[in-house]
Amino acid sequence: MKKKIQLTLNGKKTILEAPAHRLLLDLLRDEIGLTGTKEGCGTGDCGACTVFLNGKPVNSCLILSGELDGAELVTIEGLKIGPELHPIQKAFIQDGGAQCGYCTPGMLMMAKALLDENPNPTEEEIRFALSGNLCRCTGYAKIIQAVQDAAKEIRQAARR
Amino acid sequence: MKSFENIDVKSVKEAVGLLQRFHNEKKSAAVVGGGSELLQLMKDRVATPDYLINLKTIPGLSYIKEERSAFRIGALTTLTEIEEHKGVQEKLLFLSQAAGEAASPQIRNAGTIGGNICQRPFCWYFRSANFTCLRKGGEICYAVAGDNRYHAIFGGGPSYIVHPSDMAPPLVAVGAQLKIAGPAGEKVIPLEKFFVLPQVNHTRENILGPGEIVTEIQVPHPKAGTKGFYHKVRERLAWDHAIVSVSTVLQTQGGAVREGRVVLGGVAPTPWRVPKAEQFLRGKKVDENTAQKAGEIALEGARPMKDNIYKVALAKSLIQRALLASV
Ligand SMILES: Cc1cc2nc3c(=O)[nH]c(=O)nc-3n(C[C@H](O)[C@H](O)[C@H](O)COP(=O)(O)OP(=O)(O)OC[C@H]3O[C@@H](n4cnc5c(N)ncnc54)[C@H](O)[C@@H]3O)c2cc1C
Ligand code: SF4
Ligand code: FES
Ligand code: FES
Repeated sequence: MKKKIQLTLNGKKTILEAPAHRLLLDLLRDEIGLTGTKEGCGTGDCGACTVFLNGKPVNSCLILSGELDGAELVTIEGLKIGPELHPIQKAFIQDGGAQCGYCTPGMLMMAKALLDENPNPTEEEIRFALSGNLCRCTGYAKIIQAVQDAAKEIRQAARR
Repeated sequence: MKSFENIDVKSVKEAVGLLQRFHNEKKSAAVVGGGSELLQLMKDRVATPDYLINLKTIPGLSYIKEERSAFRIGALTTLTEIEEHKGVQEKLLFLSQAAGEAASPQIRNAGTIGGNICQRPFCWYFRSANFTCLRKGGEICYAVAGDNRYHAIFGGGPSYIVHPSDMAPPLVAVGAQLKIAGPAGEKVIPLEKFFVLPQVNHTRENILGPGEIVTEIQVPHPKAGTKGFYHKVRERLAWDHAIVSVSTVLQTQGGAVREGRVVLGGVAPTPWRVPKAEQFLRGKKVDENTAQKAGEIALEGARPMKDNIYKVALAKSLIQRALLASV
């Protein structure tokens, strides 16, 4: 049975029809066509599927679409500011924070969640914030470097 | 995932009514909060309900109310909300810390306290559809002859799970009560009485009967002079279940313990209180010696399996550490 869902998706009011039991991740990728969000494990272990639901990062592989009515949803496609890449995205490119790139959307979303709350995190705070995200390529060092550089850039931009 | 029908309910009464109806009609149904645990089980086809009753659509079941003598926490409150609540941090820091140490940040944002207390075991045989073990209605517990490094050292048999919740041990330690709604109305019971050992029922972890759901957790404010501590050890530094955890809540007066509770997690099919150690501590000053002795007393009678003997020493030293940090 399909359910009418009204939500704000990446800043735009959107009306969808979807079965309430469709997983949010599948809805995004297969029905809406937003394939930036990745499925690593499908069971809450890897964080590749992270999106913001009502301002909080969650695993879209473990959320039912029924919950979306009235919600505000931001996916990796909503991270860019206009045509410009977000400073976190730029830092990941500059520092080599992505290799195969599979974990990257989730890492970027968690980094954004962290920096929104804490513009000057310590390395330990970064590691803690990214503790629900697995990366099999980078060894994490460059990801942490990228988050630190992004934080610096965002702080400087705020002063400019 | 097997297909199922999702039902968005609007009230506790409606949820209870539906659960009871499906039970009478011999249809399988489950309630879902944040879904972070249940959906994983459904994807692995270990849980295969025909109906999913979504509690998230019930208004007013997510709250933390600070009253004169207790916090009342709605079943749909998320772990993040408990972790970040100022009043909880002030009066029950160890509970906020336990919430902050459960799972990953993403799961804490979705996972509810009701679901945390009612979560099913993370025994790897249970989680795999390839093993129809005792807990799933089969004949044997595969952990007995299999790899049991994460299994029970207390209270095991015929199933040897450990209770996976990070919230249950500190909530038992502080004497929380649970409000349950069901076909016969509402009841409030001590959380400690909620969990069942496998020798009582090896297919369930708690006493919830057909049609019953958890609606609220009531956490008393600790008495003056009380300090609590939560300590969790896991295999990885990042998210993982506890190998062993310990929650202590001690009330001291003039340097000596008046009363206190010591509750272990990760060692038994339920949160595991150690009354003998609690008795031993009464009237004593907590120092290196008494803390060590309490740890030894607590682990008397442990029955480790072939791969988890390490848990005995680990639990002893965690108790010692937690006690020293609780005064
Ligand atoms: C990768 C991963 C790691 C995890 N690590 C930890 C950890 O370290 N520590 C920890 O404590 N937990 C851990 N969990 C378990 C769990 O997901 C969370 O703790 C969470 O709080 C569960 O809440 P939920 O609302 O998502 O539960 P759900 O998945 O919605 O429900 C869980 C179970 O409880 C039942 N239920 C839910 N609400 C109620 C209610 N109100 N009344 C009666 N029954 C109810 C459901 O039917 C289901 O059986 C982990 C889970 C995953 C996927
Ligand atoms: S410990 Fe319990 S859940 Fe695990 S295999 Fe044995 S009976 Fe099954
Ligand atoms: S795909 Fe969702 S956590 Fe791995
Ligand atoms: S870059 Fe490949 S998984 Fe992280």
